[in-house]
Amino acid sequence: MSAIERTGAAPQVAPVAVSRKKKRRNGTHILLGIALPVALAIGWELAVRYGLAQGRLMPPPSRLFRTLYELAITGELFRHIGATLARVAAGFFFGVVAGTLVGAIAGASRLTREIIDPSLQGLRAVPSIAWVPLFILWLGIFEESKIALIAVGCFFPVYLGVLGAIQSVDRKIVEVGRIFRLSPPALVRRILLPAILPAYVLSLRQGLGLGWMFVVAAEFMGASEGLGYLLVDGQQLGKPDQILAAILTFAVLGKITDGILAASIVPFLTWQDAFAQKR
Amino acid sequence: MLLVESTDKIYPNGTRALERVSMEVHEGEIVALVGGSGCGKSTLLRLAAGLDQPTRGRIQLDGETITAPHPLVGMIFQEPRLLPWLTVVQNVGFGIAGRPKVERERLVAETLERVGLKDYAHCWPRELSGGQAQRVAIARALAPRPKVLLLDEPFSALDAFTRASLHEHLIDLWTAFRPTLVLVTHDVEEAAFLADRVLVMQPRPGRIAASIDVQLARPRDRYGNEVEALKRRILSALDMSLRVRSMGEELAPAAAI
Ligand SMILES: Nc1ncnc2c1ncn2[C@@H]1O[C@H](COP(=O)(O)OP(=O)(O)O)[C@@H](O)[C@H]1O
Ligand SMILES: [Mg+2]
Repeated sequence: MSAIERTGAAPQVAPVAVSRKKKRRNGTHILLGIALPVALAIGWELAVRYGLAQGRLMPPPSRLFRTLYELAITGELFRHIGATLARVAAGFFFGVVAGTLVGAIAGASRLTREIIDPSLQGLRAVPSIAWVPLFILWLGIFEESKIALIAVGCFFPVYLGVLGAIQSVDRKIVEVGRIFRLSPPALVRRILLPAILPAYVLSLRQGLGLGWMFVVAAEFMGASEGLGYLLVDGQQLGKPDQILAAILTFAVLGKITDGILAASIVPFLTWQDAFAQKR
Repeated sequence: MLLVESTDKIYPNGTRALERVSMEVHEGEIVALVGGSGCGKSTLLRLAAGLDQPTRGRIQLDGETITAPHPLVGMIFQEPRLLPWLTVVQNVGFGIAGRPKVERERLVAETLERVGLKDYAHCWPRELSGGQAQRVAIARALAPRPKVLLLDEPFSALDAFTRASLHEHLIDLWTAFRPTLVLVTHDVEEAAFLADRVLVMQPRPGRIAASIDVQLARPRDRYGNEVEALKRRILSALDMSLRVRSMGEELAPAAAI
């Protein structure tokens, strides 16, 4: 058989052909995906330019980009981006640290899990925005309450992700570690951590996504800078182009930060089918 | 020598998986454990591997009682159980990470060569066929050069052709390293082709019903008359063990294999 398997397999050949085909398909995917928004934008631009529509409440793309450009050259845009990014980063950091620790403890010890998990599940059922008044009373209206809210948003997906990942580690693979007499720390490092990594990364990305959602809510509570402030300000002063500029910036930042997070762990996940195909 | 001394295993739920099981496996011997499902074959192997504790009795390797996984005892399961995040070489070297680098690399390379997977050293487990993956698992278990290798239905998930070729691989490896092999199987042909001795087990409670010494030289002809005759002997011993049980047991008379 070894002769047959050896000649039959040549594992490098097939993947290359597949990935080339895949790349081409990805290219058309992207084109197809952006066709609709581009067509709508051009259509709207033309409609406003030829007087078919007003464009006061829904500014055409040219006006949107001019607003963005003006915000950018005065440096105002980057001040707001910096403020928002700093809040997301701090909230994400605290939420991830807490979620990871609590999730790991609950996953490792059944007793702890049975004590804390029901309470946490109960807290998770509270719509997180409902915490806002309490956080303001406790922590004031400045940065602390905002960061706390974002951290709460990031905490739950990470906690659930870590707990679920630990619980679903294949007992059969842990047994391999036992047969080779790994010490408990070695078992964690060589089997448990790699086994939970994919689910953990997924939960981090979910946490980050919620972090971006919650930063808007946090900045609605009253902020003097930040992209959320731009939204509120645009509404109060009747500047839809400023609102759209902030929304567009949110979209771009959210996509970029998620992309960075996803890309930073690709080297550790090449063993997975899904990641290998993206290479 | 691997010694099992009147060992009982009763699971916490009350199942009497083994009752007064005794056996002696000599150094370098190949023993096959055959029997229908549920007669305690896996349980016996797990006790010998130190993964579970016997309720009564004891298991010894060269006079040392086994209470936890032993460095000189390796185990191979029905599934390859490779670590998907490690390449083939890394998987094979998994159990000897503590040894000096030079020795480790030599052992890994030598073992991979022996199972015929040198060209796949840097593949991921997902890129392997079932037979190749099981060969990597065998290489991983053999890399530390154990004295005893326990195999729990290692080939039962493979097609007949792949299984036959893995039998050849196993005999090659055994010839090279001479480990003691305890092989659980429900494939009578596998037992007849590989074993020096076949132990037939009987369920509820699990015990050893018969022992058949095999005096066939190697290499054996899988389809030759001697192997055929041996297969018939094993089958009739299996049959007998089931008949004895259903006569002596009023409860659950219809529960055959
Ligand atoms: N962990 C366990 N807990 C309770 N009963 C078990 C456990 N493992 C096996 N058994 C029972 O012990 C008996 C022997 O099982 P096993 O050793 O797996 O048999 P075999 O490998 O021969 O099929 C069966 O009746 C099975 O249901
Ligand atoms: Mg079994």
